[in-house]
Amino acid sequence: MARKISILIVDDEDSVRDSLYSWFIEDGYAVECAEDALAALSKLESGNYDIILADIKMPGMDGLEMLRRIKTMRQEQIVIMMTAFATVDTAVQALKDGAFDYVTKPFDPDDLSHLIRNASRQIALEEENELLREKVVSLENIGDIVGDSEAMKRVLRDIESVAQSNSSVVITGESGTGKELVARAIHSNSTRRFFPLVSVHCGALTESLLESELFGHEKGAFTGAIYNRKGRFEMADNGTIFLDEIATISTKMQIDLLRVLETKKFVRVGGNKEISSDFRVICATNKDLKTLVEKGEFREDLYYRLNVVNISVPPLRERADDIPLLAEYFIKKYCHAMNRPPVTIEPQALRRLSEFQYPGNVRELENIIERAIVVGGGRKITLNDLPALHSTPVSQAESLEDLERVHIKMILDKYDWNISRAARALNVDRVTLYNKISKYGLRQAQ
Amino acid sequence: MVQPQITLISFGYFEESFLKDIGTAVGKELVLPVRIREGFIDLSEFYDPTRRQYNATRLLKEVDMVYGQEPDRTLGLFSVDLFIPILTYIFGQAILSGRTGVASHYRLNNERYGLPPDPFLLLSRFSKEAIHELGHTFGLVHCHNPLCVMRSGTYVEDIDQKEASFCAHCNELLATFIKTNHKPD
Repeated sequence: MARKISILIVDDEDSVRDSLYSWFIEDGYAVECAEDALAALSKLESGNYDIILADIKMPGMDGLEMLRRIKTMRQEQIVIMMTAFATVDTAVQALKDGAFDYVTKPFDPDDLSHLIRNASRQIALEEENELLREKVVSLENIGDIVGDSEAMKRVLRDIESVAQSNSSVVITGESGTGKELVARAIHSNSTRRFFPLVSVHCGALTESLLESELFGHEKGAFTGAIYNRKGRFEMADNGTIFLDEIATISTKMQIDLLRVLETKKFVRVGGNKEISSDFRVICATNKDLKTLVEKGEFREDLYYRLNVVNISVPPLRERADDIPLLAEYFIKKYCHAMNRPPVTIEPQALRRLSEFQYPGNVRELENIIERAIVVGGGRKITLNDLPALHSTPVSQAESLEDLERVHIKMILDKYDWNISRAARALNVDRVTLYNKISKYGLRQAQ
Repeated sequence: MVQPQITLISFGYFEESFLKDIGTAVGKELVLPVRIREGFIDLSEFYDPTRRQYNATRLLKEVDMVYGQEPDRTLGLFSVDLFIPILTYIFGQAILSGRTGVASHYRLNNERYGLPPDPFLLLSRFSKEAIHELGHTFGLVHCHNPLCVMRSGTYVEDIDQKEASFCAHCNELLATFIKTNHKPD
């Protein structure tokens, strides 16, 4: 429900104050009155009013002087000036001093309604504008970056601080940690957000293909180049280019890339015209670039050009606190995508998920949840729906023997100590399994 | 407290049947007993010669002081042109959540707009105006529903657009107001 608009009526005539008061009260506004400018200014010191309706001619301080004082206090305050003695000069002066409107008493009821409606609309627009500005300032497009752990909060803080700058960013982190999401969040919160974010997966392309992909090519530049083609740098003009797996690019590409980053100019493959493009570079890698530089596998000058800001995305095992939150997020995501009724996860299954190490990080957790929803088919994800985890539970076992004991126990539990089925699953014969049970002193839990 | 009654007081000449029809419309919508009576006020005291109109704010105070009676609601019916100091004219006015209101049919007549007289339309407009002002006395403010009688109307055409009844929301507010403020003993 829309909030009540508040109005302050400033007029030295009782009858005017009373009649305006009654009129606005009947219209559902919150109304207060002041009998002169000083009383109005004092009310303004302690309270806020959306609209001030003030007479120009008042004893003591007149309405125009009051308007000027109000405007020095609150530039955006809406003040409507009223007068029974309209002159062009006072009207011009009032509007010059920042009055929202200027009306002659008495007014037509319809004019008064229009006046207040316009002022209310202005207030609503300003409030909406303020809201949108706040929204722009707050981080956007981070909905997919789920996590409440201190490590993730640090990543979000880094995104926020780096987004508004134009600096190159290197995002490091293991595979599946969500480096591309971080890049998207940086772009979405930068001044370049209305322009494209162009992603290039460097690792997936050969050197020649990557060259053509990044710089574009002219018709006939090589066999199969039937048309002119814009490169990714050109497409990212005014926006951001995201170079994933930057550590995989060849030495030649590193030189070309360094030149483009320095000049923001390049030539299409097979072309001779220099093209300019204004882009921001965000790179991602799961390798330690510094080590590659030391080994001579990555150019030092390119490293320093790219690594202005570094954001390190922690692996999932270092933020295990986020696993329940992520699990819930992915369950919702896939239930929605598959048009399935809401699915919950049983505590044991969630505990198992939390204990897992996730070499594939968040991507692996996402796949596990997706699979559990597809395969499980029920309203609840149970331990049985998480088969992928059976092989790699977190174990305190250090020796091979300990690991074997834990694994055999887990398989036996899974098949309710049905020796034949457990032996089949373990790919050993029943005798071997009995021997192992005996060797490790395994017993079925009562 | 007892159930409030509505008192319609005519000031000046009104056809008896006209008043009766207004009373019927008001009683039907507010579901409260309606009394009709004549009143007397020396209107010359409320006449503003510069505006050639009658000051509704002062008239309202007078009606309230002389005829207002708790817990009833009193509506003064006039046939003169009403104004409030800040506005060029009004059709009526009431004390919000108070006991009194005033309404005039002066500007509700088709003749004022160069059209042939239409007694049925006049009755419809005045009934709506009376219900509207009485609605204010029961705490209702202007409603955004275009058909609700509590919709603000600054032209007769606005009054013609709405119906002589409260919308569901206003009806609920009205019932709550009466229940809260006029609990039976």
